[in-house]
Amino acid sequence: MEPVSLDVTVDMDLQIWIIGTIALVLKLGAVLLFLLLMAAYLVLVERKLLGRIQVRYGPNRAGKYGLLQPFADTIKMMTKEDIVPDAADRVIFLLAPAVVAITALLMFAVIPFGPDITVYGHRVPLVVTDINVGLLFVFALSSLGVYGAALGGWSSNSKYSLLGGIRGAAQMVSYELALGLSLIPVVMEAGSFSLVDIVNAQTQLPYILLEPVAFAIFFISALAEIKRIPFDLPEAENELGAGFHTEYSGMRFGLFFLGEYVHMQVLGGLIAVFFLGGWHGPLLPGPVWLAVKIVLVCLVMIWIRGTLPRLRYDQLMNFGWKVLIPAALLNVVVTGARLLW
Amino acid sequence: MNLFNILFYSIALLIVVSTGLAVTRRNLVHAVIYLIMSFFGSAFVFYLFGAPFLAALMVIVYAGAIMILFLFIIMMLRVETPEEQLFPARQMWPAVAVAAGYLVVGALLAAHDPAAGAVLGPAQTEPAVFGAYVFRNTWLAVEVTSLLLLVALIGALFIGKRPTHESEE
Repeated sequence: MEPVSLDVTVDMDLQIWIIGTIALVLKLGAVLLFLLLMAAYLVLVERKLLGRIQVRYGPNRAGKYGLLQPFADTIKMMTKEDIVPDAADRVIFLLAPAVVAITALLMFAVIPFGPDITVYGHRVPLVVTDINVGLLFVFALSSLGVYGAALGGWSSNSKYSLLGGIRGAAQMVSYELALGLSLIPVVMEAGSFSLVDIVNAQTQLPYILLEPVAFAIFFISALAEIKRIPFDLPEAENELGAGFHTEYSGMRFGLFFLGEYVHMQVLGGLIAVFFLGGWHGPLLPGPVWLAVKIVLVCLVMIWIRGTLPRLRYDQLMNFGWKVLIPAALLNVVVTGARLLW
Repeated sequence: MNLFNILFYSIALLIVVSTGLAVTRRNLVHAVIYLIMSFFGSAFVFYLFGAPFLAALMVIVYAGAIMILFLFIIMMLRVETPEEQLFPARQMWPAVAVAAGYLVVGALLAAHDPAAGAVLGPAQTEPAVFGAYVFRNTWLAVEVTSLLLLVALIGALFIGKRPTHESEE
């Protein structure tokens, strides 16, 4: 065996490796901190805005304007008893909330939040990982997120939870099709599955102007995918208790909640990347623009929640299968024709 | 034994064990979860071979779409889990016989086929190149498969529609 000599190339490789690892850890830390803090404050913003829409104040006791409310909520969740029902399928019951939270967090890994920057002569891309099938990575995780809700509902061994879980599985599988089909025109325009390439293809013109139909279909399906009003049948409070998470308490319920709000931000980020030009924008730096766009999309989602009533189950299925999916398919054909012509 | 070998064999072990557990569980939901783990393993193997596109499709189509339909149907039907742990012999023997047959044929092929020990060259490529290759070189197979899927779809529609017509009459 030859002794390893620390010549120049090995030294360079090592240096690149070390800088790459440090950059990765820093990026992961920044993204996680942003997502978790934002999730906590999105809950507050949502409660405040819903309060205002319903002509009341919303939470205003903890700290000034209720700004410490997220911390109070977190402490409450952490210190509550973690109850597992006797008849529950114990292992699946304990793991289901983690599936929801993990899949939502992982999706953000492929969302670019700025142009490449140079640190000590090394190029560092401002994205956790740029894989050439980034869009499919997002879909893979989003289709796995369904298991969290479905298995959480099934393992609780309660009728309300089971109904919520079944509804969740049916709804998310149905709308995932429209969600995926609505993005095919975007991939056709950009010629790539990579989210970095898709953002770079929108330097001149954001795709919302080129593909308004795709944007509308994606936004509606995204609302259904995160089970928000008007598509919140899996957790319909007035008929199912709380749906698939009826039996959950303490921080496990908190994980479902966290997953929902992280998912909301991720979908905001995806809408920004696919249709609003990602981190591109005048004056402000890239990450700020992306954050602004994410918050904007989330605010619209909250506004919709405060405005619309819940759909009936047959309306939900009819709309998904008979309106959104045919419209998305037609949009693919039209875009193809336009690109060929 | 380099890192890739270690990864490959641990993933292969995961696939074999989880598939084995999937076919022996009497609790159908547990069986579905083990099968999902097995599909995950297959996706990892594709990724390890330098085919992230196929890995993503494996997770989306098999682990994500097909298994959630299985789960949906199991949850809808509320199948009772039987008390006994093992399958009855009349279900087990045909399965064991078929599996043994495959094992014998596979072992014979691996022993006698001169190409069995050949090392496949790496074939890493972009999704776009892969798509162009599939639609240029194997278009007939693609079209035949999609026609088959269409026939299956129409058949499922026909079978699914029939009872409602009878109940209306």
